[in-house]
Amino acid sequence: MKAIRIFSRSVRDSFKSVFRNFSLSLASISCITITLIVVAIAIILSQNVNNFASLVEGDVTIVAFLKRDVTDSQTDAIKDKIDKMPYIESVVYKSKMELSREMMDSSDVFSSVMQNWDEKSTPIQATFQVKVKDINEIKYVADEISKLDGVDIVKYGEGMVEQLVSLFDMVRKVSIGMVIALVIVTAFLITNTIKITIFSRKREIEIMRLVGSSNINIKVPFILEGLFLGLMGSIVPIILTVFGYNKLYEKFDGQLFSPFIKLIVPEPFVYNISFVLVGIGILVGMFGSYTAVKKHLKI
Amino acid sequence: MDLIRIRGARKTYKNGVTAIQDLDLDIKKGEFVFVIGSTGCGKSTLIKMLYREEKPTSGKIIVGGINVGKLRNSKVYKLRRKIGVVFQDFKLLPKLTVYENVAFALEIFGLPKREIHEKVVKVLDLVGLKNKAKQYPTHLSGGEQQRVAIARAIVNGPKLLICDEPTGNLDEVTSMEIMKVLDEINKLGTTIIMVTHDTEIVNKMKKRVILLDTGRVLRDYKEGEYVHESN
Repeated sequence: MKAIRIFSRSVRDSFKSVFRNFSLSLASISCITITLIVVAIAIILSQNVNNFASLVEGDVTIVAFLKRDVTDSQTDAIKDKIDKMPYIESVVYKSKMELSREMMDSSDVFSSVMQNWDEKSTPIQATFQVKVKDINEIKYVADEISKLDGVDIVKYGEGMVEQLVSLFDMVRKVSIGMVIALVIVTAFLITNTIKITIFSRKREIEIMRLVGSSNINIKVPFILEGLFLGLMGSIVPIILTVFGYNKLYEKFDGQLFSPFIKLIVPEPFVYNISFVLVGIGILVGMFGSYTAVKKHLKI
Repeated sequence: MDLIRIRGARKTYKNGVTAIQDLDLDIKKGEFVFVIGSTGCGKSTLIKMLYREEKPTSGKIIVGGINVGKLRNSKVYKLRRKIGVVFQDFKLLPKLTVYENVAFALEIFGLPKREIHEKVVKVLDLVGLKNKAKQYPTHLSGGEQQRVAIARAIVNGPKLLICDEPTGNLDEVTSMEIMKVLDEINKLGTTIIMVTHDTEIVNKMKKRVILLDTGRVLRDYKEGEYVHESN
């Protein structure tokens, strides 16, 4: 009962204290707000870049051209073998005539040139279009397919794909690194602001000690206050993230500049970011208060 | 029974200054003791050690059964709950009302609201500030602020009240009012140790007086023995 009363008083005091020291609280809250907005922007950017990279990587396809004289049973055997290979996401067979039809549908020029070609006379080769689960393994899979009987040549955009993969890999690492660095800077900034505000309340801590508050009883209200500050500081960044990103998504119709660069669908993306923001705000707020108070509790 | 027992206490600060040396002192329960001496004689250090703001470098200081020198930082609150401390600069929280400033010292014990209310009202009555409970310290006179500080120090019924120049910022008349309040508290059974420069007060109160000099007890005057003669 006693402990509950002490804790509920701590909650009450920390809440009151936010308003009593309003100008200082406002300084901490604005610091948290501003830094969390920057963090939110960094997360949105890096996640979208990652998303774009994943989409592009997912689009990369291995095309295996089959020899012209391959029979249906040989084709089935090749499909079986490809299916059993590791890292295979999907295998689609396109017959000579299917490909011809697709090409003819796509352009009038093709249509007029190709209309007289039949199964025998067409120079077009039947293909397997293979997608892999892990783009880093595309070369291995392509090599394995090229070894199969009945396969003529294998193409997957050699050279360019490798470059793309290493570029995206770098972009990913840089963007994650930036987000982490920003979170650390945020933590540092918020911690210091809270430290300054608590320094001005040294007297309060001194008096608490004097009248016999145990260290833990002194710390708890300050830590809870840090929690409230973090919570309040994350309100504006969350509102901006949820409404801002939704507006942006609507304005650009879900894509940036071209249909090729797709934005991440707002839901549940913005809510996930909101959770991260509120988490950073609360944790850093509590941590900042804790370290600041601890400093004043040593004699 | 001794409330305070000091044996061979010594305090040397990090900068090499020895503020207290070879100090022996016993103070019984219910006594009213003045600690006097010139600036730098170790008065402040002595009482700081009593409420464990400072630790003795060597020797033994026992306050209410607690060995202050061996008290860990995290356990200081156990000692502080047994004593009250009053300072020259009051140390009140300006953003809390008089009532809240006093209640502050009880809330840490997790007492029910009703009990806190009863105790605060009673102690404010004792120091004569019952009708100023809702005011803020900045709206009070120096003497009134000091009475709030005293109320806060005694509200949880400590055995010992330590006063560090409580009248240092107050005029003569107000000082005597404060002394009356302290005397009353002492009569209710609380032991009081008061550091002061004000020999006028010491003369009038006729209590036990400990004269410190260069960190040692120069003389220990029994009740009524000490008379300061101004030149």
